[in-house]
Amino acid sequence: MSLLEVTDLRVSFPTADGIVQAVRGVSFAVERGRTLGIVGESGSGKTVLTQSLLGLTPGGQISGTAVFDGVNLVGLEPKSMQRIRGKDIAVIFQDPLTSLHPLYKVGWQITEMIRAHDKSVSKKQAMERAVELLGHVGIPRPRERVNDYPHQFSGGMRQRVMIAMAISLSPKLIVADEPTTALDATVQAQIIDLLLRLQRESNTALMMITHDLGVVADIADEVMVMYAGRAAEKASKRDIFYQPHHPYTKGLLESIPRSSAAAERLKPITGQPPSLIRLPSGCAFHPRCAYVMDRCLTDQPELVPVAEAGEHRSACWLPAAATGLSDDVEELRRRTVEMGRTDEAAKVAEKIAAAPESEGSVIA
Amino acid sequence: MSDLLNGQAPAGPEADAGDDVLIRADNIVKYFPVKGNGLVRRTVANVQAVDGVSLTVKRGQTLGLVGETGCGKSTLARCIAGLIPVTSGKVYFEGKDITNLPRRTMQPFRREIQMIFQDPYGSLNPRRRVGAIIGDPFAVHKTATGSERKKAVQELMERVGLNPEHYNRFPAEFSGGQRQRIGVARALALRPKLIICDEPVSALDVSIQAQVLNLLSDLQSEFGLSYLFIAHDLEVVRHVSDAVTVMYLGRVAESGPGNQVYDHSRHPYSTALLSAAPAADPDAAAERQRVLLTGDVPSPIHPPSGCRFHPRCPKAQDLCGTTEPALENKAGDPSTHLTACHFPVEAGEDLARVGRREQS
Repeated sequence: MSLLEVTDLRVSFPTADGIVQAVRGVSFAVERGRTLGIVGESGSGKTVLTQSLLGLTPGGQISGTAVFDGVNLVGLEPKSMQRIRGKDIAVIFQDPLTSLHPLYKVGWQITEMIRAHDKSVSKKQAMERAVELLGHVGIPRPRERVNDYPHQFSGGMRQRVMIAMAISLSPKLIVADEPTTALDATVQAQIIDLLLRLQRESNTALMMITHDLGVVADIADEVMVMYAGRAAEKASKRDIFYQPHHPYTKGLLESIPRSSAAAERLKPITGQPPSLIRLPSGCAFHPRCAYVMDRCLTDQPELVPVAEAGEHRSACWLPAAATGLSDDVEELRRRTVEMGRTDEAAKVAEKIAAAPESEGSVIA
Repeated sequence: MSDLLNGQAPAGPEADAGDDVLIRADNIVKYFPVKGNGLVRRTVANVQAVDGVSLTVKRGQTLGLVGETGCGKSTLARCIAGLIPVTSGKVYFEGKDITNLPRRTMQPFRREIQMIFQDPYGSLNPRRRVGAIIGDPFAVHKTATGSERKKAVQELMERVGLNPEHYNRFPAEFSGGQRQRIGVARALALRPKLIICDEPVSALDVSIQAQVLNLLSDLQSEFGLSYLFIAHDLEVVRHVSDAVTVMYLGRVAESGPGNQVYDHSRHPYSTALLSAAPAADPDAAAERQRVLLTGDVPSPIHPPSGCRFHPRCPKAQDLCGTTEPALENKAGDPSTHLTACHFPVEAGEDLARVGRREQS
């Protein structure tokens, strides 16, 4: 059984302008000792998704189930959630400066964390453990550094402190929300290395939320690509990068500058992500999709398998064989689209082709 | 790529007369004083943000400036744009010395050098309409008024991919990518020769980032613009740059033609930086040998002696701690490729292994 099994999770927020549908029916599982990478752009719902699992979305209306180690996290009362959060599920946020208290020494913050979940640990024992943890995550002179304040640490070191706090109670699952986004490349490499090492040592499951495909290529085992609150594609890391099926995944891969094609023109995705209050009909990606067909305008595709073996799933009306980046597959996509496109879809496609580089309308 | 000087300092001030060098920074030094707490508030130390950096940007080309937080790349850019005075050194624009010019004398040069900033939210006044923001340069330089200005602004908006009908909207009504287009339109208004782009796409999502990069490249070929392009994303810099300069702690570590620096980096810091950059390719990521640097960038108030990189360098020897290496051409490299290192990385050398041995 999976450590975490999420089924048809939906999160929405009622606002004055309408209901924001941040997560719209997402299902996935995280296995022990594995890393699930969740990729998506701003507003794709990746952060809300994970925060709702931890009861960190006040005001949000949540439905669906999320079974973690036998307990359904959705609708769990705050008291029980507090026992799980921090202990069994640890979180590492993007910005280590705002997630540490500026007025308390880091040693105090770590011992507080340990003692909040286990009162039987003495302050002295907890401080010993804090020193040990700081050393373990690669902070030099940990015995002196426990008495420093967060501002006395650099960005990378602060993130190490956050990781030390996260692993202090040997969690079963670590949720890392853009843990390296605020860091420089060489420091990012150190932190990713550290996370991988800790994961190997303790068989922890890791959920890595990021917008950076490079980080995913490094650290993930499975990848879920999110778009407008839904999973667009879910597969092993290799399938996502080398055999993408969903046009959005393909578009993301093509819009990154690559060393192999330095001089070539980039191929951006036209337009911008939709408003989560007024979502497009049918497939939410259709107003930006170069392969838009008639049924994309009316019917929402489900996440279905696109390969005979393995767990490669995609939510797109293109045939299962339209997987990969080769010319043959592109030809198949083109032929499929030709047959599946009449008046309405043709108009949408024309609009996309006419403004290939400029963004769509103003969101307001 | 011509083999003329690129991303480095020519021999003397006369060198750029008549050739295709647009802007040349010569031995730029920028110190920020650190004041004491006493009554007199004496200067007790200096943040040596930029410490003797030279570079050139050629007409119609892009110079990429790479380095980590605190290496001085943004300070250098602001010095070149004349936004902050330099402590010492010279900036030449088309051969004319524009270093620390008084406000009025600088005015005509400000038209030629424009900037695009990182944060599309912070660099636009939220209470002013987009048309007014983009029209500001015309007002400041008194080049167009009234309906003429409006027409010029709408043409600019159209050129950068914004709907000219949105002339009267506020910045809050635009998305991040669109705001960056507003910033581009404003920079473009006076038809500058050089645009300094300080992390122009860092705050944008990848699909939008590609749109803005393509726009910048189109504008470059259309107007013959030169860019000084600062970014921490190495793949982005490689994509846009003709020449690349790598900075570390206020100094240039390595500079040269883009492909040369990326594929045959000689400075251990460049090598480490490049090996640390995440590649969106699982197989490449698995094969790659990361050069993991230990520790953090030292404080620019008290930079290390000798080579500033030596406390973190896997190849450091005694000499590195005592003698500052000169930025020079190394044997076997093209003449435009300069490295400031006593023991440059050789072809095929495995720096990752050197690093591991040192640590164990």
